[in-house]
Amino acid sequence: MKKVKFLSAVVLVTLLFTACSKDDDTPQPVNEEELITTMTVTLNPQISGTPITLQMKDLDGDGPNDPVITVSGSLTAGAVYDGSIVLLNETETPAANITLEVEEESTEHQFFYTLGGGLDLTTTYTNFDDNGNPLGTQFSLTAGAASSGTLTFTLRHEPTKPNTGLADAGGETDIAATFNVTVQ
Amino acid sequence: MRNYALVILLLCSITSISQNCNNTLSGTITDLHDGSMLIGATLIIAGTEQAVASDFDGKFTIPNLCNGTYSIQVSHPNCLTKGFSVTINGNTAKTFKLEHHLEELNQVTVAGKAYRNKSKTILENTLSKEELERFSSGSLGDALNSLSGVSSLNSGNTVIKPLINGLHSSRVVIINNGVRMEDQEWGAEHAPNVDVNAVGKLTLIKGAAALQYSGDALGGVIVAEATKIPVKDSLYGKTLLTAASNGRGASFTSQLTKSYRSGWYASVQGTLKRFGDFEAPNYIVSNTGIFERNASLGVGFNRFDYGITAYYSLFKNEIGILRASHLGGAQDQIRAINSDIPLIVDDFTYNINAPNQDVTHHLARLKGFKKFPGFGKLNMQYDFQRNNRLEFDIRRGEDKNDASLDLQLDTHTLLLDLEAHQNDALNLKIGLTGKYQNNYADPNTGVRRLIPDYNKYDLGVYAVADYQLNNQWLLEVGGRFDYTTMDVFKFYRTSLWDSRNYGELFPEIVVEELDNQVLTNPKLNYYNSSGTLGATYSFGDVYKLFLNYSVASRAPNPSELFSEGMHHSASRIELGDLRFNSEIGHKVSLTFQKENTVFSFSINPYINSISNFIVIEPTEIQQTVRGNFQVWEYRQTNAQLLGVDMDASYAFANNFRFHNQFSMVKGYDHTRGEPLISMPPVNIKNEIVYQNPEFNNIRLSLQSEYNFRQNEYPDTNFEVFIPETETTETVDVSTPPDAYHLLNFHSSIDFKATKTATLTVGLGITNLLNTSYRNYLNRLRYYADDLGRNFLLNLKINY
Repeated sequence: MKKVKFLSAVVLVTLLFTACSKDDDTPQPVNEEELITTMTVTLNPQISGTPITLQMKDLDGDGPNDPVITVSGSLTAGAVYDGSIVLLNETETPAANITLEVEEESTEHQFFYTLGGGLDLTTTYTNFDDNGNPLGTQFSLTAGAASSGTLTFTLRHEPTKPNTGLADAGGETDIAATFNVTVQ
Repeated sequence: MRNYALVILLLCSITSISQNCNNTLSGTITDLHDGSMLIGATLIIAGTEQAVASDFDGKFTIPNLCNGTYSIQVSHPNCLTKGFSVTINGNTAKTFKLEHHLEELNQVTVAGKAYRNKSKTILENTLSKEELERFSSGSLGDALNSLSGVSSLNSGNTVIKPLINGLHSSRVVIINNGVRMEDQEWGAEHAPNVDVNAVGKLTLIKGAAALQYSGDALGGVIVAEATKIPVKDSLYGKTLLTAASNGRGASFTSQLTKSYRSGWYASVQGTLKRFGDFEAPNYIVSNTGIFERNASLGVGFNRFDYGITAYYSLFKNEIGILRASHLGGAQDQIRAINSDIPLIVDDFTYNINAPNQDVTHHLARLKGFKKFPGFGKLNMQYDFQRNNRLEFDIRRGEDKNDASLDLQLDTHTLLLDLEAHQNDALNLKIGLTGKYQNNYADPNTGVRRLIPDYNKYDLGVYAVADYQLNNQWLLEVGGRFDYTTMDVFKFYRTSLWDSRNYGELFPEIVVEELDNQVLTNPKLNYYNSSGTLGATYSFGDVYKLFLNYSVASRAPNPSELFSEGMHHSASRIELGDLRFNSEIGHKVSLTFQKENTVFSFSINPYINSISNFIVIEPTEIQQTVRGNFQVWEYRQTNAQLLGVDMDASYAFANNFRFHNQFSMVKGYDHTRGEPLISMPPVNIKNEIVYQNPEFNNIRLSLQSEYNFRQNEYPDTNFEVFIPETETTETVDVSTPPDAYHLLNFHSSIDFKATKTATLTVGLGITNLLNTSYRNYLNRLRYYADDLGRNFLLNLKINY
């Protein structure tokens, strides 16, 4: 008899466990918190002229849609620009400003600017991390002679600092955005 | 039985004529089931009228024997008398194994009795307690790796996932103390959550023939059982300490059992394992430490006709994942693959940092049985498992210390089966299983759910029967039906939902459309049938032929159905497919076996044809803000696996033995006409063992392991543009690494510490020559070499 009682208890416990499972409430959506959807580089001419923006926007993150790349205009030969980079996560409302996080963790981040295809310009870092090494969310750009080519912005997370460039920086790539740029 | 043995004895008592008659036969008499020494067993040598008895250590010595073959009858008050044929060639050592009387056996059986006849028409490979102890500081996967036909899919050196005849993950079912493990086994980088030190015996069944466990084990079933506990008043235990130079760590395990003649028993066991960063021959493999803590507790009451047992185990494992394997984009991948050493090599540390895994597995089981005379034995079991998996990635900002993945998988299972013992020849077993499973993905991770929230219900019924037709033939037949239903809540990215055209295919599952995601509620049903048919033919005393055909059906797992997004440790985007059907595999396996004290072998060719086989492979390159990533999509195809496993063992001299193992498997995708990815390359192991029971049971072994290069693989390389150099480079993710050869040494020796305690001291060296190599089946092989030389010191006390 004891055994019968025991076995019934086992069955009851099982049913109880099963019945206690969570209600069929629909789960909450998750928006990727660290996702960078949008990188906007604003180039402000130091003397005069209209600011130029370079933007890469990929609202679906790892999803199948390709990023949309826009360049608002050409650079003027010989002109000097103040560059600033803003990173946003636009899947959140309001959009989260990731630049602030990057600047907060300045020693763990660094932007790199790479030229390609004969583009004639030079860049210099204008902001630095807590150890005095380049960070690069702010920079200065001097356009050279008329030319065209690519300008690539790379953000590395946990790079070796200091370094001599991308080749020995290590770390992981958080952003790699290439723009077709013309100097007139 | 006794008469039968005597008849055999009389028939076989042909003593050959020989010149040298000063040989000694010595050895031990052990219990077939738990390997314990049998004291006071009587040995009678037919034709010489000699009789000796085994001593208090179960040892015996028979002097003055000639070279030739003798028939020996071994008897013991508690055991079935058995006749053995022994070939004497010089001084010979031999272990005789006796089986308890049936009643006795039932009394001593605690765990695993329900699973005793796993499959009778497939040759089972087993690892005993002694063999398992050599892997005390490793993992279950490491131990299984030592069997022919088993390799492992590794993620680094601590995540070791068994691969049976080329198949892994959801196709390999692990039964831990009678409980089917539900530990998110679908993931290629999810190692089994079983403490190798809690296992007393490990059995491998290559194929789906063991239908009492599951009908979906297309690869095979691994059965881990605890050591049986005797029904007598006793207190015993063991403690094992292993220290290793590589990883600069140790593992400590201890177990204690108290049993009573009344049938009550209690057993407690615990393991602590801590290792820091492991080392390749030329550098430290950073962030590969491990911290494992396990405990288990069993109590129960066993009588001849009924019994009830309770068991609980906790497995907690923190594993570091190679730091250099965490990458952003294809450009990083190029850098990592082209670099001879890992991109990140830090100083040695015991700290485990991101990326890492933290897994906790609870298993609780309640089991009872009752025997009904003339009817059979009824078993009932309820088990509960909770698997909590946390995965940490390299993160930024406030999320830095938060897990990127937090899944909790709860499973309740109820098993009911009846073993009907109709007569000596016919065994019948029928059973019913019910299972409820709930997966909960914590949304607070701030990362989209890799595996969605779901409820899953399974119902299975099966019947297996075996029939001993005559002395030569044994027939086996079985069938199983499983019904699975899943109720899922899944968020799809709107862009993927649209690109897959799911909106038109499945409009009925949409619950809500959000800004950039679609909430859906798929309800999926699978009806799976499986079966087995086999025969075993025994002939010439030592030969056996096993023939088995089995069909297995497996419902797609949540990862194959719902994956959608970045997989950081693989640096790729993985996409599942909601439209998948069940995989169906047909396997024919043939084994020819010779079992003899001097020379034994088995050869096992097989063919496994799988329709709707689910494979994951690269399809395109996806541009993201982080750069380019390869997209790997699951798809279904028709696959075929052909292979052969061979084992041989030859006692070429007194106390010396030579072992050989050979495994080969070829996998083809018939739809695409190309080889399957991640198939184990040909592997040969040779081992020389010297073991002398007379001299403190000293054992020395030298093992050579040769892994060929895998020459058959699909080309999954892709190209990427590098802005710095303005070049397009090929990312070589498919070329397998070169062949390699490893030498391993192991030794052990027993000392009598006290009257009842034995101390075993072992010394081992793996990768003796400190060879640098990379293993094709290691998912992190692109980024770092495998482990270098490792010195292991084992101390074991049995008391």
